[in-house]
This record gives sequence, structure tokens and C-alpha cells, in this order.
Amino acid sequence: MRTYVLRRLLQVLPLLFGITALTFLLLQLAPGDFLNQMAENPSISAETIEAMRHRFGLDQPWYVQYLLYLKNLVFKFDFGESFSRHQPVFTVLREGLLNTLLLASAAAIVTWGLAVPLGVWAAVRQHTWVDRTLSVVAFVWLSVPEILSGLVLLMLAAKTGWLPVGGMHSLDYDDLSVAGKLLDVGRHLLLPAFVVGLIPLASRMRQMRGNLLDVLRLDYVTTARSKGLDEHVVVFKHALRNALNPMITLFGYTLGALVSGSFVAEIIFSWPGLGRITLDAILTQDQYLVMGSVLMASVVLIAGNLVADLLLAIADPRISYD
Amino acid sequence: MTETALALGPPGSGGDDAAPPQSPARIFWRQMRKSPLAIAGGALLVLFYLCALLAPFLAPYREDEMDRASYFQPPQPLHYTWDGRLRLPPVTFPMRLADPGAFRYAEDRAHPVPVRLFVQGAPYRLLGVIPSRRHLYGGEHGVRVYLLGTDSYGRDVASRLLYGAQVSLTVGLLGIAISFTIGLLLGGISGYFGGIADTVIMRATELLLSIPSLYLIIALRAVFPSDLPSQQIYLGIVAILAFIGWAGLARVIRGLVLSIRRNEYVAAAEALGMSRLRVIARHILPNTMSFVIVAATVSVPGYILGEVVLSFLGVGVQEPSASWGNMLNQARGIRALTSFPWLLFVPGTAIFLTVMAFNFLGDGLRDALDPRRVTGGKS
Repeated sequence: MRTYVLRRLLQVLPLLFGITALTFLLLQLAPGDFLNQMAENPSISAETIEAMRHRFGLDQPWYVQYLLYLKNLVFKFDFGESFSRHQPVFTVLREGLLNTLLLASAAAIVTWGLAVPLGVWAAVRQHTWVDRTLSVVAFVWLSVPEILSGLVLLMLAAKTGWLPVGGMHSLDYDDLSVAGKLLDVGRHLLLPAFVVGLIPLASRMRQMRGNLLDVLRLDYVTTARSKGLDEHVVVFKHALRNALNPMITLFGYTLGALVSGSFVAEIIFSWPGLGRITLDAILTQDQYLVMGSVLMASVVLIAGNLVADLLLAIADPRISYD
Repeated sequence: MTETALALGPPGSGGDDAAPPQSPARIFWRQMRKSPLAIAGGALLVLFYLCALLAPFLAPYREDEMDRASYFQPPQPLHYTWDGRLRLPPVTFPMRLADPGAFRYAEDRAHPVPVRLFVQGAPYRLLGVIPSRRHLYGGEHGVRVYLLGTDSYGRDVASRLLYGAQVSLTVGLLGIAISFTIGLLLGGISGYFGGIADTVIMRATELLLSIPSLYLIIALRAVFPSDLPSQQIYLGIVAILAFIGWAGLARVIRGLVLSIRRNEYVAAAEALGMSRLRVIARHILPNTMSFVIVAATVSVPGYILGEVVLSFLGVGVQEPSASWGNMLNQARGIRALTSFPWLLFVPGTAIFLTVMAFNFLGDGLRDALDPRRVTGGKS
């Protein structure tokens, strides 16, 4: 088990290295020289440009630039400087990452909070209208891209005025009490979290249904039933626990999907997360910000997969990893 | 997976019972007929692609034709009865600005305009060759009608929807064609040869799959200048989506190939001196086809949505060219959503129906190509 964990962790390093290499290569291929663009900008002093030039070796060949970037990243945890925001990239990314993780976590609550009960409901009512309706709705929902559900929800919010139409805080946010602040962020979070959380809902619900149906066919469930136990006890106490096991593992894999999925929702609802930062960075040719944010998003995805693999190893004693 | 692949074996392989041998195509059609939703999905897609092909004829106007008197005009209804009489052809009432500040329009009830079929309009070349001036519909005497409304430049939304379909619907097919060719080839090589090639290819797919797709798409987009002509942007989008799409497929194909190559007929082909690439192309890849067909069908929506998202974000197909994505971009913002909802619902419905049709079709194909259903005799 320990060797498995160690091996799995070591696999991540070349992957991260590859991601920085790929993004660096892409941005080298990109047209336009941000150094000249910076020099034309009167708000950036010549000294800053010189300092940047020196620190990252921007006047040197690309491989030296890349090695310098790696050196700063590994030894100083320095992601470089954002040209457009005049801040260290890490400072910009930290806030964006936290906001994206907040959105993704809220979305995960939506997904699991709906998928598990609906999946259980469909399973215990198999072959009834409940099951059939849920499967039809889930199948149709698979065809609604988040870009559409997001815009429709935004329209409803604007028309009814019940929920804020974007951003993360209200204008009077600073004057609110702590509880008021939480409530305010929560109100802003609700719509984007639903848009992101509903993306994987259909497939998670089908999985939950399938898991429970599989478990309900096992011998020990038959035993429990033949003992004369109440069907509720059989389902919720005996079967559900085992059926939930694979869902826990899926949690990690879904985290990556949720981070990717929150990109569009962040744009539609002006949520100040990693996706918005990346898009702005691309539009302003903010090289180090682009590299940093792609790296950050990938780290979340990789971490999610890693956690899922480890959870699987812990949760399922039948699998041996050594 | 292997069993799925073997379902499309030689004729007659499907049954050991008394039933006469049937060709795979017949088995396939018999199964397909059982899923009306899949057939409906397929029919809808044929219709949509025909519409895209015939867009210049079906659309009353060009995609970039602006009408400065009609910004944000709502869809104007057709009236089959008016003034107590049945109207054929139906009439419509030109819309005049009632409140220019709010772009509120009112029907001009005094001047009904018959909407006729096959009217003369702007010249175009059908399918790029046949010159014509006929359009499917239009107002009498060249009066402009906007059955699906106009956008912020006063352009006909119906025409843009049809021209946009040419972009949005073909991105998927072209992207699939490229990425599946790459995925099949690399996955086949990886699974068949193993060794260094396998390691390199699999590490490359891991790399591509560990970057969240939209982040990678956006980073790739930065490689192309933003002010390219629309045709090159289109090709760039296809290239980007194909570059990302091959990885997942290559991994599955590798797994399939690994198990298929253990079959005796592969060993026989090798023993007879067939070259390795020929073995892959003739004996191994054909057995992955039923999986590939289903995977391709259900992957097309992903490519279509890729274009939609890129254009929606403003880094895809650029104005004045139309695509479903940049039509949705017109609906961005609170004002457009609340006051001009057709800018969202017209392209949105088209996108939804297309994605759903592909999903229905893919689901039906999966059932029809599933060997358990074939040998089982009935569903």
C-alpha cells in the first residue's frame, strides 16, 4: 500500500513538468511579443521591464527562459509577474483558485445532494413511472450544455430579481456582518453552483441507481429480507452503505470535471475564479499568468484523480496494490 | 469491449441457433428499427445538415446583411387569418419602432405583407456552383421579413442560424474525422507494438488528459493570431479540438487492440508473413469499428460545443461570420437576456436539438451494435 501511494505520487512529478513544458511551448508559438507590448505601455516603468527581463531572462533563448521559469517555480515558488495586473502571478491565482474551489465544492454538494437520493429513489422504484421519468429527464438533461442552462438561469434571475445576476459580492458587502457576508456570497454562489453541479448529475444518478440495484441482488440482502426485516431497513441500513462506496471514489474524479466545468459558468456569472483569470490572461497575452493558471487547474484535476485512486485503494480491501 | 468489437465479424457469426445466418447490416437494421428515438435523432440530423448545405437558398438574406432600421426587432408572426379571411400565402405586418430608446416594436397593422415562397432576392451560388436568385421565402416586393427577429446589427437571426449551421455542424464532423484517425492510428500502434512507442504515446495522452479541457483549449487558441480570416479561424478551431480529442480515444483503442491481438487469426496472419501495419489495418482495427462508430457519434456534440464555447467567449469564429456560438454571444448581458430573449432561444434551441439528436442516435447505435442483444434474439 505504501509503495503504491509513493509510486502514484512520483508519477505526478513528470506530469507537472510536462504541463509546464507544453504551456511554455504553446506560448512561445503564440504571435506577439509581450515585451514590446509592455514597453509601449506608459504605465509600466522601464526599470520594471528591465527587472523582468533580467529575472526571467526574456532576452535570452527560449530554453534558457524555460529553465529560469522552472528554477523560480521550484526553488522560490515564484510563478512570475502578471503584466496586466502588476502583481505576482501567485497572488492573482491564489484568490482565483480559492473562488473556483468554492464554486466546485458547492457544485459537488449540488451533484451528490441530488444524485444520491434520486438514484436511490429510481432504484427502489425500478420499472415504475418514477424510474422511467427520472431516466428520461436525465437523458434529456445530458443534452443541455451548461452554456445554455447558465444563460437561462441568468435570465430568470434578472427577470425575477430573486437572485443576484453575477459577481461574488453585493455592492454593500463591506458593510455587512459576518453572517450577512456569508449569506451574500451564498446567494451569489447559488446559480453558478447549480449550473456546474447539474452537469455530471445525470450520469452520477444513473451510477447510484445501478450500484444500489447491483447490491440489492446480492445474497446478504436476500438474507436480510428473508429474516423479515423491514424493506426500509434492508435498503437504507444494509444495501445503501455498500452501494455508496463507488460514489465516494467518483467524488475525486468528478472534482476535475467540476473545475473544468466551472470555466463557462464563471464567465457567464462573472464569478472571479480561475477560468475568468485565464481568459483575461489570454486576451491580454499575459504569459506567466496563463502558464500559472493552466498549471493550477491541472494540479486540481491531478489531485482529484490522485485522491480518488487512494480512496479506492483504502475503501476496497479486495484490491492489492503491491 | 472485445465482445462488442467481435459483433461485426463475418456474416453468420451471430448465431448458433436454428436461425438462418444474417449479414451484420441486416442485424443492425433490425435492431435500429426497435429504437424510434435513435431513428428520429438520425432523421433530425439529416434534416439539419441538409439545411446547412442549402443555407443560401433557405435563408432569405446574407449572414452579414444589416438593416439599420431594425435593430433588435422581435420575431414577427405569420398570420394565416386576418381581417376575417383565410390568408394564403400568410401575411405578416412590418414592425416599426414604437419606442426607439427601448427598442420596442409594434406591428404596422395597416400594411399587411404577403410572405411568398420562392421569391427573388440577393444572388448566390447554390452548393458553390448553381447561380440563383430564388430564396425559399420572403416578403412580397422585397419587403424584409424577420421571422426569428434581428440582432444588435439588424441582421436576420433566421439567416444567421442557417449560415451558422454550416460552421457549427461541420466543426464536429471534421474534428471527429481528424482526431479519430490520429487516435486509431496511435492507439493501434501503442497496443500492437508496445515498448517505447507505447510508453511515449501513453505519456502524451496522460499529459493531455491531465489539463482541464477548456483551459487547454484556451491556451491552444493563443497560438493562433486573433485577427485571422474566418476560414482560417475555423480550421484553427478544428485543429485545436482534434488535438485534444484523440487522447482519450487512443487509450481505449490501445486496450481493445491489446486484447484483440491475442486472437488466433492475428497470429495466423503474422505467421503468413503479413506486414505488421497491414495486420493492424486489416485485422485489428476493423474489429474496433463498432466501438469507434458509437464513440464518434456521442463525441460529435463535444466538438460542436467546443466551437460554441470558443465563439461565445469571443475567441472563436469572428463577426460578421455567423456561428451558433457567436450568435449566443449576442445574448450575453442582462439587457439582451431580459429584453431580446430570441437571441438566446433561437441558437440555444438549435444547439440543444443537435446535441440531443446525436445522443439519441449514439444510444440507439450502441444498442444495435451490442452483441448480447444480437445473439440473445430479442431485446
